[in-house]
Amino acid sequence: MSARSEGLEAPVLLEVKGLKKYFPIRKGLLRRVVGQVKAVDGVSFAIRKGETLALVGESGCGKTTVSRCILRAMAPSEGAINFAFEGRTVDLATLPRKRLRPLRRHMQMVFQDPYSSLNPRMVVGDTIGEPLLINGMTDRAERRRRVLELMELVGLPGAAINRFPHAFSGGQRQRIGIARALALNPALIVADEPVSALDVSVQAQILNLLLDLQDRLGLTVLFVAHDLSVVKHVSDRVAVMYVGRIVELAETEALYRRPLHPYTEALLSAAPTPVPGAVSQRIILERDIADPANPPPGCAFHPRCRYAEARCKVERPDMVEVEPGRQVACLRAGELVLRGITDMPHEAV
Amino acid sequence: MVDPILSIRDLHTEFVANEGIIRAVDGVSFDVFQGRTLGVVGESGCGKSVTARSILGIVEKPGRVTGGQILLRPETGGEAVDLLQLGPKAMRAIRGPEIALVFQEPMASFSQYYTIGNQIMEGIRLHLKLSARAARDRAIELLDMVGVPQPARRVDEYPFQLSGGLRQRVMIAMALACDPRVLIADEPTTALDVTTQAQILDLLRELQQKQGLALILITHDMGVIAEMAHDVAVMYLGRAVETGPVSEIFTAPKHPYTRALLRSIPTVMAKPRTRLPTIEGSIPHPSNRPAGCAYNPRCLELIDDLCRVQEPPETGMAGRRIRCFLHGGRP
Ligand SMILES: Nc1ncnc2c1ncn2[C@@H]1O[C@H](COP(=O)(O)OP(=O)(O)OP(=O)(O)O)[C@@H](O)[C@H]1O
Ligand SMILES: Nc1ncnc2c1ncn2[C@@H]1O[C@H](COP(=O)(O)OP(=O)(O)OP(=O)(O)O)[C@@H](O)[C@H]1O
Ligand SMILES: [Mg+2]
Ligand SMILES: [Mg+2]
Repeated sequence: MSARSEGLEAPVLLEVKGLKKYFPIRKGLLRRVVGQVKAVDGVSFAIRKGETLALVGESGCGKTTVSRCILRAMAPSEGAINFAFEGRTVDLATLPRKRLRPLRRHMQMVFQDPYSSLNPRMVVGDTIGEPLLINGMTDRAERRRRVLELMELVGLPGAAINRFPHAFSGGQRQRIGIARALALNPALIVADEPVSALDVSVQAQILNLLLDLQDRLGLTVLFVAHDLSVVKHVSDRVAVMYVGRIVELAETEALYRRPLHPYTEALLSAAPTPVPGAVSQRIILERDIADPANPPPGCAFHPRCRYAEARCKVERPDMVEVEPGRQVACLRAGELVLRGITDMPHEAV
Repeated sequence: MVDPILSIRDLHTEFVANEGIIRAVDGVSFDVFQGRTLGVVGESGCGKSVTARSILGIVEKPGRVTGGQILLRPETGGEAVDLLQLGPKAMRAIRGPEIALVFQEPMASFSQYYTIGNQIMEGIRLHLKLSARAARDRAIELLDMVGVPQPARRVDEYPFQLSGGLRQRVMIAMALACDPRVLIADEPTTALDVTTQAQILDLLRELQQKQGLALILITHDMGVIAEMAHDVAVMYLGRAVETGPVSEIFTAPKHPYTRALLRSIPTVMAKPRTRLPTIEGSIPHPSNRPAGCAYNPRCLELIDDLCRVQEPPETGMAGRRIRCFLHGGRP
């Protein structure tokens, strides 16, 4: 039926192991390094072929940095990024730039802001066709055929091939960005907040498009977002990040119904739902997210955690597989009974 | 029912541009009550911010209000005053003590060169005639009220030193400086994380209950509306196409646009990997307003020979109004 039907037994396409990215903080005339922003501080996960894994968490927790490391838009400080293609596995983290080039076509990015991510002086046909040209499709007619095919795939009228981006709405521009990303038949799409700049009605259209494309083309997707409602609609599994680390990873439905990390519980309770009056039991997280340049000792979440005990201030929890397919980094994971979406008054009025 | 504190009647605001006249606000009407929240919702470009600016008389050039009424009931009771009839000086006395606005772009509405304390004090000194000392104390008190930690220290900081959530709290403190009766908050949480958003919405709700504020909450997020609003106005191309109490808008929406909008919202209750119902096409630009009902090109229930040619009038009763031929007003 669909290219996705291999399901969760499909082979792993991407495996991230112990990924770290530190940014130096420099001060003074000599620009001496006085500290490190630990933007990503030991992240591990794997994505299977055809799967969508969502990466969620508050602003500044390191989601974009993880994505950029995977695409090697920046070099990781530490860790491995194993990518399977053409029957072998390569570590993108250590691959020299020159050997990286032939790999880039297999991984593409869809950006948040459809306004700034397109070249305003390039007509749509050239924007979508540029990656084809760079990768050696020099025949104009052939390129045009492929561009029209891509435009149809993402639901853009072929007649618009010679228009400039300003003549398109936000949703249409996001379609252009997606068509461009798909031009070279990538195996992996990294979508960093692809719908958060869009209106609800347009957002729904783009989310549906992503689901359809995945079914038709067997795409593997890393979906970065902070909106838990959107994530629920598109992802197979969810990884929750907090200050540079993953604190919980599980299948989508399981994570929403029965979160195992107090931070996941708080995030779920904060998500607004379109049901009047469904608000009474919200968990308000006091204080702001911790500073990755100066994370709290022990569990980084402890200053905001309503369940924190003395040991949480000193002992740093590791990710532990508590059930098949479920990992969590919380010292109290075994004993806490947390509320999921069905225990919150999301449906009550 | 009690009288509204603020009534917008058939408001029109236009911009003159190269492509012609842009009717950004094209006949919007709604009522706002003391101690209640009116949620104004609609897709990008439907005229929410221009409506807010029109109410305060601060529409950017070359825009101007070209018709309608903005009726404010005086605190002492008596006849409502039409703000559109007031001169610039009288309007200055309205902005701040009567109606205040929390702007959509917090960074653009702060000055980078003054401390947040000075920016809050400016309004206080202008309207309340307090000494510098007393105004500073009041600023600290306001910062404390909106939940800024260590207000006595923060008062001397600059906007760029604050996180997004704190900046939004300061914006609210600034708006509340002169004890307004009506607070308009234009997308106060759109740029924030869900966790910070929850804090700010909590704050607004608490302030409203404590001070009996009338709140106009502008957003495109139906989840925020459901949680915060008592009454709702759904806008489309410069008009309110449906207004009513929040429970009715969500459980018994009438306008096909409201219904489509509600269906297209993602929710945490969804089954993973389910498609969302969508609205065909996109909202037209106001300079390109379709004939008849502006929603007709996207409407699945249109009455062919009627909706394409004739504009539906506003029908219904006080507090529950609608512009759609399916619900009345047929010739
Ligand atoms: N080039 C850089 N130099 C220094 N610090 C950086 C750099 N890029 C990111 N950071 C810091 O690293 C942390 C993680 O940033 P990142 O952009 O990955 O977060 P995010 O989860 O994508 O946030 P958002 O939801 O706001 O997009 C932040 O504290 C950020 O300030
Ligand atoms: N200064 C201006 N000059 C010309 N047109 C303008 C100006 N300001 C607003 N408009 C137009 O008026 C219409 C309404 O704009 P407004 O900012 O009120 O929308 P909005 O509902 O607040 O949208 P958003 O949700 O994106 O904030 C839009 O079509 C916009 O392009
Ligand atoms: Mg980011
Ligand atoms: Mg606006």
